[in-house]
Amino acid sequence: MRKLALSDEILMTVEKPARYIGNEINAVMKDAQAVDIRFAMCFPDVYEIGMSYLGIQILYDMFNRRDDVWCERVYSPWIDLDKIMREQNIPLFALESQDAVRDFDFLGITLQYEMCYTNILQVLELSRIPLLAEERTEQHPLVIGGGPCSYNPEPIADFFDLFYIGEGETVYDELFDLYKEYKKAGRTRAEFLRRAASIPGIYVPSMYEVSYNEDGTLAAFTPRYEDVPAQVEKQVVMDLDHVTYPKAPVVPFIKATQDRVVLEIMRGCIRGCRFCQAGMIYRPTRQKDAESMKEYARAMLENTGYEEISLSSLSSSDYEQLPELVNYLIDLCSEKKVNISLPSLRIDAFSLDVMSKVQDVKKSSLTFAPEAGSQRMRDVINKGLTEEVILEGAGKAFEGGWNKVKLYFMLGLPTETEEDIKGIAHLSQKIAERYYEIPKERRVGKCQITASTSFFVPKPFTPFQWASMNTEEQFLEKAKIVKQEVRAQINQKSIKYNYHEADVSVLEGLLARGDRRVAKTILEAYRNGALFDAWSETFRMDAWKKAIESTGTDMNFYVHRERDLGELFPWDFIRIGVTKDFLKREWENAKQGKVTSNCREKCSGCGAAKFGGGVCYEG
Amino acid sequence: MKVRVKFAKEGAMKFIGHLDIMRYFQKAVRRSGIHASFSEGFSPHMIMSFAAPLGVGITSTGEYFDMELNGSMSSAELTDRFNAQMADGMRVLSVRKVPDGKASKAMSLVAAADYTVTFREEKAPSGDWQHQVEAFLSQEQILVWRKTKRSEGEKDIRPWIYKLEASGNGLSMQLSTGSVHNLKPELVAEAFYKYLGQEPQPFAWQVHRGEIYADLGDENGRKLVTLESLGEIIE
Ligand code: SF4
Repeated sequence: MRKLALSDEILMTVEKPARYIGNEINAVMKDAQAVDIRFAMCFPDVYEIGMSYLGIQILYDMFNRRDDVWCERVYSPWIDLDKIMREQNIPLFALESQDAVRDFDFLGITLQYEMCYTNILQVLELSRIPLLAEERTEQHPLVIGGGPCSYNPEPIADFFDLFYIGEGETVYDELFDLYKEYKKAGRTRAEFLRRAASIPGIYVPSMYEVSYNEDGTLAAFTPRYEDVPAQVEKQVVMDLDHVTYPKAPVVPFIKATQDRVVLEIMRGCIRGCRFCQAGMIYRPTRQKDAESMKEYARAMLENTGYEEISLSSLSSSDYEQLPELVNYLIDLCSEKKVNISLPSLRIDAFSLDVMSKVQDVKKSSLTFAPEAGSQRMRDVINKGLTEEVILEGAGKAFEGGWNKVKLYFMLGLPTETEEDIKGIAHLSQKIAERYYEIPKERRVGKCQITASTSFFVPKPFTPFQWASMNTEEQFLEKAKIVKQEVRAQINQKSIKYNYHEADVSVLEGLLARGDRRVAKTILEAYRNGALFDAWSETFRMDAWKKAIESTGTDMNFYVHRERDLGELFPWDFIRIGVTKDFLKREWENAKQGKVTSNCREKCSGCGAAKFGGGVCYEG
Repeated sequence: MKVRVKFAKEGAMKFIGHLDIMRYFQKAVRRSGIHASFSEGFSPHMIMSFAAPLGVGITSTGEYFDMELNGSMSSAELTDRFNAQMADGMRVLSVRKVPDGKASKAMSLVAAADYTVTFREEKAPSGDWQHQVEAFLSQEQILVWRKTKRSEGEKDIRPWIYKLEASGNGLSMQLSTGSVHNLKPELVAEAFYKYLGQEPQPFAWQVHRGEIYADLGDENGRKLVTLESLGEIIE
């Protein structure tokens, strides 16, 4: 039996010891002596969150198919264990072998949201790897980042040796082969990094020089050497039907956030909402074949024993073979007594019919994401969801027995007026009215509408990357307007309103569009005790405030000012396919309230067609 | 058909709590191709009931749950299918058919269990404790401070200790278990330290459960039989 890295005494002291013991069904065990590369794959948040993330399962499966690689998992120890590990000097370990991470060849860290950045530092520190890449030596693992936040890697560039930009399935093999070759030949870390920088999609921050203008904006971003490319190409998989997908994902013992089989049906989104980063960086939209999805669904259920299956995509209703796949799943799941959950479905006749078959109407709720309260505002953000469509969908659902509705909105969108803000309350009211149009005897009690607002954070590689972001005070003022307006509605008793924290959103704004200089703010905040910033129970604004002050970080510069159209952005060296010209055009369209067709209606020439496939070539 | 599954939970698996072990077995059944019965409704559940929940940190070679099956696999096949799905540290020891009905539910049958409490290195009581066990047990009363849901106070636990002896570097004992008098082995170990005039250090021992029994006796005396023996092998 494996020896655990933590003693019984420690495991019995901490909350949920199952987070740290590994040994799960489908976890991959190998002989450490028999592999060339040991890879620690880390999600810098607590186990239950990290285990729910599909991307890691895909790479874990793919890496472990190689006989010469053993990929293991690492998560952030929760604050209780964090404290013990520091007190007792216990190095961070990987779950499978329970061996110390610092003895691995690679530490891969997936970057899913900005508010995990202090956890990266925790993982490095507990692993006893120097926080700054420049202080690492031949003895330390190569620290590689990937995932959506690596599309602006600059605020955390100092902490990483390299980044992988794009979908993981394409060049990892090349990277591993190169590493093996260099390791065998006894070449240095610096030599390896220099050579790796020319693999497409690989970004090695230390190979680039950055200079700034007097006003603080970026002046130039240039490779230090001739053989290092000036731009890094995003990696995309054009043939999704022939890449590996985990048929036997690891099944945690404790309940994870995603406690189900997750079937990825599509990458990318045809819609082009202007606030949405995923909608741009994952272009072009590529669908997977329903036939192979059916096979995967069956195999994954049989290999995991999960009692639920869910489809994953940015907008499942746009998956063309959805009816065929869903009908198959309904049969399969009734045979296997498995539940189906179908998030991100547009509410229409088809989805209501499906939902009434797979869930208890009385208990479930409808979800709409209008994102903005007024039609004007929805045109600005290019959200093609109209009031009629929402009311029609809600009406049909109410007739079908539903009475709970969840609505998601954003506050602080560019050009927003008080009328737009109040529109959130008005739309909620109209939905309530639609419910009470149903004759009393056919209603199932009161309707319950929950309107939630988050605060808009401008993201790189979106048409809103130039936009100014509101201050905390402005956000809270706007939330207050919504609250009051909801109270002023006739059916206010049927409407519940809640909003996301404003202070954390502003920080997210800093980290999303920051440059290399923001690294010292993150480091300082971490030194001040910031950790698990994505958790309201552990988030410490004071630690961040102090860091922002002591490092002289200019929040207006990074967050609140509107950027100039000619400004060079820290992330401009990454080529995502979608061009800056297209984004500029969309920013202009937004300001004029002009909507842009989705990719299936009409191509807008965003640039992603250069990848030679997907929705750009469907017609 | 109702079957009773006996299993062992050892190694790292001792850190998995009772509810998660239930979820673990439900998934194992689904993977194994064993045909379980399900409840009706929108989210069908496997009908499974555990004999006596085991605390986190305790190992066992005598755990039980009952479940409803469809189909006609033999005990040997069921056991093999289960074991093909076990995580390291979990083992299914036997699967037997048991009578239907409430009276024969594993949980309501539980009357006693065997435990060993093994002292961790350098945490055993000092002195010649092995030779004090007999004297400890021959006391008329063994009073301990006990806090239950209902009350708090001095309780005599002696009647619920059926057996106790020194074994190796620890104590092995048979205790009353279940819904009527549920005596925990830790409590006995603490009382023993107290009897010796000593204080146990934190994490002084590792507890292991060896077996769970039903009582077929009457007012004249106990007649303990293992839960397993109440089932019959499916050929
Ligand atoms: S090139 Fe046209 S079809 Fe392709 S992703 Fe861009 S807008 Fe859509």
